[in-house]
Amino acid sequence: MNVLGFTALLFSGAAAAGLVGALTGLGGGVVLVPLLTLGLGVDIKYAIGTALVAVIATSSGAAAAYVREGFSNVRIGLFFEIATTLGALLGAFLAARTPTSAIAVIFGAVLLVSTAFSWKGHAAAAGIESPDPLATRLGLNGSFPSLAGGEQAYFPRRVPLAWLLMVVAGAVSGLLGIGSGALKVLSMDNVLGLPYKVSTTTSNFMIGVTAAASAGVYLSRGYIDPALAAPAVLGVLAGSALGARILTAARSNVLRLVFTAVVLVMGIQMIVQGLRGAV
Amino acid sequence: MIAGRKERRLAREVGGILRLGVILSSAVIVLGLVPFLAREGARHADYHVFRGEPAVFRTVPDVLAYAARAHPRGIMQLGVLLLIATPFARVALCLVEFARERDRLYIGVTLVVLLTLSWGLFGAG
Repeated sequence: MNVLGFTALLFSGAAAAGLVGALTGLGGGVVLVPLLTLGLGVDIKYAIGTALVAVIATSSGAAAAYVREGFSNVRIGLFFEIATTLGALLGAFLAARTPTSAIAVIFGAVLLVSTAFSWKGHAAAAGIESPDPLATRLGLNGSFPSLAGGEQAYFPRRVPLAWLLMVVAGAVSGLLGIGSGALKVLSMDNVLGLPYKVSTTTSNFMIGVTAAASAGVYLSRGYIDPALAAPAVLGVLAGSALGARILTAARSNVLRLVFTAVVLVMGIQMIVQGLRGAV
Repeated sequence: MIAGRKERRLAREVGGILRLGVILSSAVIVLGLVPFLAREGARHADYHVFRGEPAVFRTVPDVLAYAARAHPRGIMQLGVLLLIATPFARVALCLVEFARERDRLYIGVTLVVLLTLSWGLFGAG
C-alpha cells in the first residue's frame, strides 16, 4: 500500500473510532491501538504513541463542551491529576521495559474488563450526606446545576482510596496509550460517590492531562510518528464531533451492543496475537 | 466550602483554551499533511517494524527548528506538539486563576501537576 492509501485508511478508521467512541461513551482511543496493530499492521509502539495523541485530541475537544455545562469539578480534576500524571510516567517507563507481546496481552485484558465495567449500572446519586473532613480540607466538595434549576451539592468521601486507584488508572494509560476513562469513572463514581454526570465529565477533562504526561515520554523516545499521528488526530476529531452532534438525539442501545461486541473480539484477538508473539 | 459559581467561571475559561488548542493544532496538522501527501503520497507505507523516529522529531527545540524550515513532516509534528501542549496551557490557566484567588493549597496542587507534566516532556526519556 502507498502512503496516500494508508493515510486515507487510517483517517477513516480513526473517524469511525471517534464516532462510535462518542456515541457509546467508551472513548475512541481504546479501539485505535487494535485498529492500528491488527488492522493496519503497525508496530504496537507506534500504535501506542499515535493513540495517546488521538486521546488528547478527543479529550480536549469533548471537555471543551462539557466544562461549559458546569458539571465537571476543576479542583477534583486537578487534585487527582497529581495521581494520574505520576501514574502515567510510571506506565510510560514500564512500557519500555515490557515485551511488546506482554503489552498486547495486557491490552486485551484491559479491553475485556473495561467493556464489562461499561455495562455495569452506576450507583444512584446519594442523598443528603455530611461532608467528609479530608475532602472539605482539600476543597473537593462542589455543586452542579440540578434539573429543577437549583444547585445540587455533593460531598466526596474515601479520598485516599480513590487517589490510589487514580495512580493505577494513570499507569494503565501510560502503558497502553489509552485514556483509561473507565477506571477514572469507577474511582469517582463508586469510591468518591460523585454524581454520575460529574464523574464522567471530570474524567474526560482529566484524560487529556494524563495522556499529555506520557505523550512527552513517548515523543522523546521516538514513538510518535507525525505521518501516523496527523491522520489519526484529524480522523478522531471529525468522528467525535459528528458523534457528539448525533448524541444529542438519543443514545442507541443497539449501537452500544454492536460496539461492545467489536471491542470484545478485538480484546480476544489482541490476547491471542500477543501469546503467539505476532504483535 | 462549596465552590459553585466561581468554579464554573474557571471551567468556562478552561473550555475556551481547550477549544483554541484543538483548533490551532488541527489547522497546523492539515498545513503539514497536504504537502506531505503531495510529496510522499506514492511512496510505499511501512510501519510494520519499529525503528524509532529520527532525533529531529523527538525534542521540542528540534521539532521547532525542523518546522521552521517548512518541512511537511516537521509541520505535522509541530501540530502534534501543540496538541500535547494544550493540557499544559489548561493547567497553567488554572494556576493563574488560583493565584488570583490566593488559594495556596491549589496553587501547590497545580504546580505539582505542571512539574510532573514538564518532567514527562523535557526530563524523562
